[in-house]
Amino acid sequence: MAAAAELTLLEKSLGLSKGNKYSAQGERQIPVLQTNNGPSLTGLTTIAAHLVKQANKEYLLGSTAEEKAVVQQWLEYRVTRVDGHSSKDDIHTVLKDLNSYLEDKVYLTGYNFTLADILLYYGLHRFIPRSLDV
Amino acid sequence: MRLFVSEGAPGSLPVLAAAGRAQGRAELLISTVGPEECVVPFLTRPKVPVLQLDSGNYLFSTSAICRYFFLLSGWEQDDLTNQWLEWEATELQPALSAALYYLVVQGKKGEDVLGPVRRALTHIDHSLSRRSCPFLAGETESLADIVLWGALYPLLQDPSYLPEELGALHSWFQTLSSQEPCQRAAETVLKQQGVLALRPYLQKQPQPSSLEGRLVSNEPEEEELATLSEEEIAVAVAAWEKGLESLPPLRPQQNPVLPVAGERNVLITSALPYVNNVPHLGNIIGCVLSADVFARYSRLRQWNTLYLCGTDEYGTATETKAMEEGLTPQEICDKYHVIHADIYRWFNISFDFFGRTTTPQQTKITQDIFQRLLARGFVLQDTVEQLRCEHCARFLADRFVEGVCPFCGYEEARGDQCDKCGKLINAIELKKPQCKVCRSCPVVKSSQHLFLDLPKLSQTSSVLLCYQLAARVEEWLEKTLPGSDWTANARFIIRSWLRDGLKPRCITRDLKWGTPVPLEGFEDKVFYVWFDATIGYLSITANYTDQWEKWWKNPEQVNLYQFMAKDNVPFHGIVFPSSALGAEDNYTLVSHLIATEYLNYEDGKFSKSRGVGVFGDMAQDTGIPADIWRFYLLYIRPEGQDSAFSWTDMLFKNNSELLNNLGNFINRAGMFVSKFFGGFVPEMVLTSDDQRLLTHITLELQHYHQLLEKVRIRDALRSILTISRHGNQYIQVNEPWKRIKGGEADRQRAGTVTGLAVNIAALLSVMLQPYMPTVSATIQAQLQLPPPACSILPTNFLCTLPAGHQIGTVSPLFQKLENDQIESLKQRFSGGQLEESLALKAKASPKTAAGLTTAGPQQIQALTEEVTKQGNIVRELKAQKADKNQIAAEVAKLLDLKKQLALAEGKPLETSKGKKKK
Repeated sequence: MAAAAELTLLEKSLGLSKGNKYSAQGERQIPVLQTNNGPSLTGLTTIAAHLVKQANKEYLLGSTAEEKAVVQQWLEYRVTRVDGHSSKDDIHTVLKDLNSYLEDKVYLTGYNFTLADILLYYGLHRFIPRSLDV
Repeated sequence: MRLFVSEGAPGSLPVLAAAGRAQGRAELLISTVGPEECVVPFLTRPKVPVLQLDSGNYLFSTSAICRYFFLLSGWEQDDLTNQWLEWEATELQPALSAALYYLVVQGKKGEDVLGPVRRALTHIDHSLSRRSCPFLAGETESLADIVLWGALYPLLQDPSYLPEELGALHSWFQTLSSQEPCQRAAETVLKQQGVLALRPYLQKQPQPSSLEGRLVSNEPEEEELATLSEEEIAVAVAAWEKGLESLPPLRPQQNPVLPVAGERNVLITSALPYVNNVPHLGNIIGCVLSADVFARYSRLRQWNTLYLCGTDEYGTATETKAMEEGLTPQEICDKYHVIHADIYRWFNISFDFFGRTTTPQQTKITQDIFQRLLARGFVLQDTVEQLRCEHCARFLADRFVEGVCPFCGYEEARGDQCDKCGKLINAIELKKPQCKVCRSCPVVKSSQHLFLDLPKLSQTSSVLLCYQLAARVEEWLEKTLPGSDWTANARFIIRSWLRDGLKPRCITRDLKWGTPVPLEGFEDKVFYVWFDATIGYLSITANYTDQWEKWWKNPEQVNLYQFMAKDNVPFHGIVFPSSALGAEDNYTLVSHLIATEYLNYEDGKFSKSRGVGVFGDMAQDTGIPADIWRFYLLYIRPEGQDSAFSWTDMLFKNNSELLNNLGNFINRAGMFVSKFFGGFVPEMVLTSDDQRLLTHITLELQHYHQLLEKVRIRDALRSILTISRHGNQYIQVNEPWKRIKGGEADRQRAGTVTGLAVNIAALLSVMLQPYMPTVSATIQAQLQLPPPACSILPTNFLCTLPAGHQIGTVSPLFQKLENDQIESLKQRFSGGQLEESLALKAKASPKTAAGLTTAGPQQIQALTEEVTKQGNIVRELKAQKADKNQIAAEVAKLLDLKKQLALAEGKPLETSKGKKKK
C-alpha cells in the first residue's frame, strides 16, 4: 500500500472528514503533507501523528511518558525494520520478535490501543498469509 | 530504571547526553554489557543501548530512550521534532552507519567516508539556514538536536568530515558540542580516542545493509525548490503589481544621526583597530567590513543607523613604535590614523564617523566612569612587582626587557616569552635583565596598581545595591543572551569566562601614553588599554555629536551591534559591561555581539613580521577593484569557523560566481532591453510559470532578509547568487533571443521574459548594495533605477522597472582574473614584502634602516651578480619556451634575489610590473 493511500485510510478511521492531498518525495516515495498554516510535513509516522492530533485523539499517541516513548519506538520500528527490511530473513526475524513481544500483551503498549498498532498493522498486512488476515 | 550500554556503541552518545540534559543521571543505573549480549528478551539480535523501565518494559530504540528522558522532564512532543527523528532513523542512520563502517572498520578516509553522508549533512545545513533558527526545532536546543548531535558526533568531531561550506551545520554542531551534557557524554563514550573508540563495537556488527546500494550516493542535494501554495503565489504577484508605489517614503538624512523614539535605532561599532599596525585582510573582514555590510543593510531597511569606528591609540605599542621611528607618540598616532582612514575609504567602508581615542572626550568619559566605580567601592589597590629601569626612570613593559631565559638559558628572551623554548616568562624571572632602550640593568620594584573588583563580595559592602559586579554581569547576560543574535563563539567564550570565575582585573599601567588616572599617588600612571579602549566608542561618539548620551545612555531605545574578531569578545562582553553596570549611569550595553573566527592566509597565518599576506594598503596596488575584494572576503567570511584567503579560490569565485553567474545575468537582461526593445522595458504578461519564478524570488529575498537580520552575512550573500542563477536559468529556458524573431505571441513572450529578467537584475542591484556598493551603483545607473528603489529594500519583490521605463547604456560589470596575474600576486605576497611596505609607508626609520643596511658593499656586489645570473637563466628558459612551472620556479628565485638585494641596499623593492605587458 502506498504511503498516501495508507494515510488516507488513517484519516478515515480517525473520522477526519476533509481529506488531505499528499505528494511523494524521492526514490522511496516518502509522503509529504502541505499543511495550511505551516511548513510541510515529511514522513509517514510524522504525518500520522499530526493527523491524530488534528482529530483530537491524542490518546492514540500514549498517555504516560512511558507509553508515548513506546508508541514512538514502534512507529520507528515500522519505518525502519518493517519498511526497510532487506531480505526474507529480515521479515522472518521481525515477525518472530513481534510474536514473542506480544505474547503477554493485547496491544503494543500493553492494554491500550494506539497509533503504533494501526501503523504496524498496515505495515505487516502484506506479509501476513491470507488465512490470518480476517 | 537501568540503562544497558556497551563499550564503543555509538548509540550511547545521544542517550547519555539526553540523560544528562533532561533527566539527571543520578536515578539512572548503568550496566555495561558485551556487544553481542542479548539484553532484550524478545529481540533476536543484540541491541544496545537499551533502557529497562521500572515497569519491566524495554526501550531499545536510541531515539525512544532520548525521547523518554525528555518527556520525563516535562517536554512536549511536536511535529517538527517527530519529523527530524523519523528522518534520522530512516535517512541519516543508514548513511551514517555506512560512513562509520568505512572509516572505523575498513580504515577508509576522505571522500569514501564523507560521500555517503554528504547529502544528509547538506540537508541539515540547509534546514538550519533556511529557517534561520539556531536549533533544529526552534530557538532552544531540544530532543531533535541531542539525537542528531549524538548520531553525528563520532564522525564530525574530526573536522575533516565537516565540510567547510556547511556553515550553519558547523555552528550548530559547535554550539551543542560545547554544552556540558554533550561534552560529558562524548568523554564517556569516546574516551578521547576519537572515532576509534567505536572500533571494538562496530567490528562485531554485521556490515550495514545500506552499504549494498541505494543510499550510498555522492550526488549533491538538488536545488530543492520549495513547493509553493496558491496563496503564496497570489501574495507575491499582488506585491509585484503594486510596484514602486508601495515603497515607503525615504527617510530624510539627519546630521548628526540621533535615536528617534518609536523607531528602530541601530548603533553599530566595529572593533577599534590598533593604530600602529596596518590592518590585514583578516582584520578588515573581522571588523570594519562585516559591520559595514550590516550598516548598509540597516540603512536599506530604513532603520535609524549610526556606524562608528576609530583608531585605538594609547598603550605601550605606540610608545615603542614612537621610539623606533624617532617621533612622539602623538605624531605616530596622527600618521597612522591617516593610513587607517585611507585604507577604509578605499574599501568603501561607510562609517558615519571614524574617530580616535586620544581626545579630551576620552579622558573625560573614562575618568567619569572610573570615579563612579571608585565611589561605589568597585576599585581596589594592590601591589605588583615589576622591573624598573632607574636610568630611564620608568617601569618596563614586557616588550622593553630582554634577558636570559630562566628555563633554557637563551640569551635574548623577551619579557613575556622565550623565542627559543617558547615558554611564557614572568619578566621579573629573567636572568640578567636588560632595558632594551638603554641596556642598563633594571631592578625589581613594587608598584601600586588599581584593580576592577569583579568578584567583590557582597558582605563587605553595607549598601544594599552594591552586590558584586560579577553577579550583575551574569544577571545582565542571562537577560540579554536568549533571543539575541550573539554568535555562537561569543556565547561560548563568555560562558567559559563565567564558568572559570571572574577575577580582579588590573586597570592601570606604568606608562605615560594613556588616559591619566585621576587619583592621588597615581599621577605617573595611566589606565590600561583594555579598561579604556572600549570606552573609545563612547568618546568617539562624543566627538561626533555633543548629544552622544542619547545613544549611549539609552538602553531602551538603542539596539547596539558590536562587531569584532573572537579575541575581543571578553572585553566587549564582560569587561566593559562590568564597568558600565558598576558605574550605574544607565549605559547602553551590547545587544548583539557579532564575533568572527580567524581568517588565515593561504595555508598559514598573516604575518606582519614575515611579510606574509595581503595588508590593507597593498590591496589597492593589486589592480583588483575594492568591490571584488569585498565580495571575496565576504564570501569566505570566517562565520562560525576559521577560513582561509586563497588567491586561486579568489580567481575561481570571481570568474565563476561574479563573471559567469551574476555579471552574465545582469548584463544579458540589460542587453536584451537595449538590443531588442530599443532600451525600453517591454510589456510583461506573466504566465503561471513566471508567477512561480516571481514567488521563488520573493521567498529567496525574504530568506536574505531573515539571514541579514541575524547578521549571517556570508549566508545571505548566497541568496543573491541563487537568485541570479534562477535568472540565468529562466533566460536559458525561455530563449528570448530566438523568440524575438518569431511571431506575435513569441515576441510578446520575449518581452515578458526580458522585462521580468531586467526587474530581477534591478532587485539584485539593491540586494548587492551592502556587499558591493560600487557595482550596485553601476548597475543602478545602467538600468536608470528610480532613486527611491535604489535606497530601500522592501521584503517583497516589486516591479521597479515598469513597462516603458527607459534604461541607460549597459556594459559588462566584471573582468576575468587571469591565472598568470593571480600567480604573480601570490608570489608577491608570499613573504618578505614587509620591508617593502614599511619602506614605502614609513620611509624607513633610523632604527629599522640600521637593522637592514648591515650588508657591506661586497655582499651587495655578490647579490648583484647573482641577480644578473638568475635573470639570464630566466630569459633563456623563456626563449626556449620551457615548461611554465619551471620558468615560474626560476622567476621566483629571481624575485627573491632581487628582494634580498633591495634589502641589502636599503632601497624599497620595485613592484613587479612584468605581467602588465600582456
